Amino acid sequence: MALEIQQYTHLIDQVNAQERVARLFSRSIKKESKMQALHLALSMIDLTTLEGKDSEGKVKQLCYKASHLHDKYPGLPNVAAICVYPNMVPIAKKSLDGTGINVASVATAFPSGMADIKAKLEEVKSVVDAGADEVDMVISRGKFLSGNYGYVSDEISQVKEACGKAHLKVILETGELVTLDNVRLASDIAMEAGADFIKTSTGKISPAATPPVVLTMLEAVRDFQTKTGKKIGMKPAGGIGTAKQAIQYLVMIKETLGSEWLSPDLFRFGASSLANDILMQIMKQTTGQYQSKDYFSID
Amino acid sequence: MKKVKTWEYSPAPESTDHIQLKDKYDLFINGEFVPSSDGKYFDTINPSNEKKIAEVAQAGKADVEKAVASARKAYDKTWSKMPAKERGKYIFRIARLLQERAREFSVIETLDGGKPIRESRDVDVPLAAAHFFYHAGWADKLEYAFPGRTAKPLGVVGQIIPWNFPLLMAAWKLAPALATGNTVVLKPAETTPLTAMKLAEIIQEADLPPGVVNIINGAGETGRHLVNHGDINKIAFTGSTDVGKYIMESVAGSGKKYTLELGGKAANIIFEDAAIDQAVEGIINAIFFNQGHVCCAGSRLYVQEGVAEEVIAKLQKRMDTLIVGDPLDKNTDIGAINSKMQLDKIKEYVKLGKNEGGTLYQTSCSLPKKGYWFAPTIFTDVSQSNRIVQEEIFGPVLAIQTFRTVDEVIAKANNSPYGLSGGVWTDKGSKIYKVSQDIRAGVIWANTFNKFDPASPFGGYKESGVGSEGGIEGLSGYVNLV
Repeated sequence: MALEIQQYTHLIDQVNAQERVARLFSRSIKKESKMQALHLALSMIDLTTLEGKDSEGKVKQLCYKASHLHDKYPGLPNVAAICVYPNMVPIAKKSLDGTGINVASVATAFPSGMADIKAKLEEVKSVVDAGADEVDMVISRGKFLSGNYGYVSDEISQVKEACGKAHLKVILETGELVTLDNVRLASDIAMEAGADFIKTSTGKISPAATPPVVLTMLEAVRDFQTKTGKKIGMKPAGGIGTAKQAIQYLVMIKETLGSEWLSPDLFRFGASSLANDILMQIMKQTTGQYQSKDYFSID
Repeated sequence: MKKVKTWEYSPAPESTDHIQLKDKYDLFINGEFVPSSDGKYFDTINPSNEKKIAEVAQAGKADVEKAVASARKAYDKTWSKMPAKERGKYIFRIARLLQERAREFSVIETLDGGKPIRESRDVDVPLAAAHFFYHAGWADKLEYAFPGRTAKPLGVVGQIIPWNFPLLMAAWKLAPALATGNTVVLKPAETTPLTAMKLAEIIQEADLPPGVVNIINGAGETGRHLVNHGDINKIAFTGSTDVGKYIMESVAGSGKKYTLELGGKAANIIFEDAAIDQAVEGIINAIFFNQGHVCCAGSRLYVQEGVAEEVIAKLQKRMDTLIVGDPLDKNTDIGAINSKMQLDKIKEYVKLGKNEGGTLYQTSCSLPKKGYWFAPTIFTDVSQSNRIVQEEIFGPVLAIQTFRTVDEVIAKANNSPYGLSGGVWTDKGSKIYKVSQDIRAGVIWANTFNKFDPASPFGGYKESGVGSEGGIEGLSGYVNLV
């Protein structure tokens, strides 16, 4: 089922992409629209912990935070999902029971993807069996860079099949793909092969989600919808730590894909520290004053 | 999960409480603000709401006489005798003062002309300051600009500028003239006199010797007096080709030099190997920048057939995201049309385009009730034989044609009385060289559009003008080389 994909079917001009980003990011979002954006951004967060030192205790605390972002200020949304390593899926599932918050698990030998396909599929099946609602896989960048696009595509299709009902997010690890032309091609391959979401990065490689990369992927999503009618979601991850950045990305989505994508069903932020910065901004908008970081819990 | 169905940007207007505007502006002659000799004043209005902003003195024949006499005196007594280094210092001072007051200037430019604050803030004012800085540096280095020659100033220069970039055009004209040792009588356009009058205040503050720069306002009549004045050594004009022709006729045989920056109908060419999404953005910048009130606007679009459908579909989608409205709002992309006269002209052309059988697409944005507004517009199904393809509309109206081969598009791009600018979009360097060599236009942008720099000369072929502005080429228009 190898797809025939010609390299560079869709070219991206780096300089102009950057210029477009600069223009989008100069939008002035104030008052009511800012408050709306902050709430929206909170609801789109995949609250993430992906560290070798993660423990059940740590995951439990994060899960509690996910549905109790700032209890002193009622009316806040929950985050969209918790994103953890495979062995933490059962504990996350249990901790989030009844909250409506999804459990996302990375899989397929995250973050490198350096394992054979059999091991990857087993891992995917096991996290789905353990109750993961969403699977964040990584593509084989080595294969991609050596031009073996068919391999990359087949792998994604097989993982998609293994996911069953779980949603599949395909991590391109754009920091390793280097060029925007590659980012575009990888996005197209992932969507053709069955991704429900495409995602920028693992957070383990620098640069992670850069604005031109996110713009390029959003444009790919838009073109895929034009071509097939299917709506694919998008998740920038890594390096998004401030409310200001989050709002800038919302502007980018609105003006590239339209308001329909302004929903956790089709857009997520993969982030660990973003939630607190947004909370600080919400409190600032409400009270007129910045509060110390010590007033926001750090789980 | 909580969803926000539609997320709209709240109004984000730039504040106007920091600007200083007078109710009445006089003429700036001999370093002072003086009333017009016949006491005539005209109103300048805000085109986005038709409200009067200020009254401006209208210069008659006697005032033009006075201004030219003052410029002549300043030239003879002071400016031509001053060491070049000192001249440079004055120009640097103007540049710095302009930078310091950039915010005020951008707001006033937007109020008086209708352009979005994003553009006056990010383009007009910074570029105007850059022009003064650049030319200030040349003042004492002219021997390096023209090696082996001596550059002598011309004398008194009459300068007439348009309403599309009022402050920037004033800077384009004043900076090289002053740097080369000339004195000036400048006439801004009658619909946008205010930033030039604010610039007069800066010139006063910079302590420029009286008479070196004189700024007088008025319409065509005032301009005629200036063009026909016997003691003018050069006319520098930016504006319509019709007026340009009149100026050429008028100065013929008089010994007056002239540079003319006139109209355009630039070809913007998208090849199928271009980065399409960025090219679409380039089309938007080329035609909708400053409501299309740009002489070098990319108003003729040529798209290679293989990608035409995709490009046009994406262009229409992108047009729908353009924010049209209050020019002072920081999120506005498209502001007001500069004047009623210009709006009528645009409407006339769009009617003509429809009657000629063109297919019209306009964005569905709601336009404000008051003021002069026109929605971004494109025409497809047009050909070289359509008047909307041939003539300059000077508004947010794009005529789109398709093409098949490189030679065909070069022939069509050149098939115009104008030759000011052009754009080419392709990933192939060799194609860029071929196309930009073969198109007869003053500037060809490759994979970009509407980029300006004081060091880069700007000027046109054919009916687009005579001479260049900017760079060493621009300087040469203000000197006699001996």
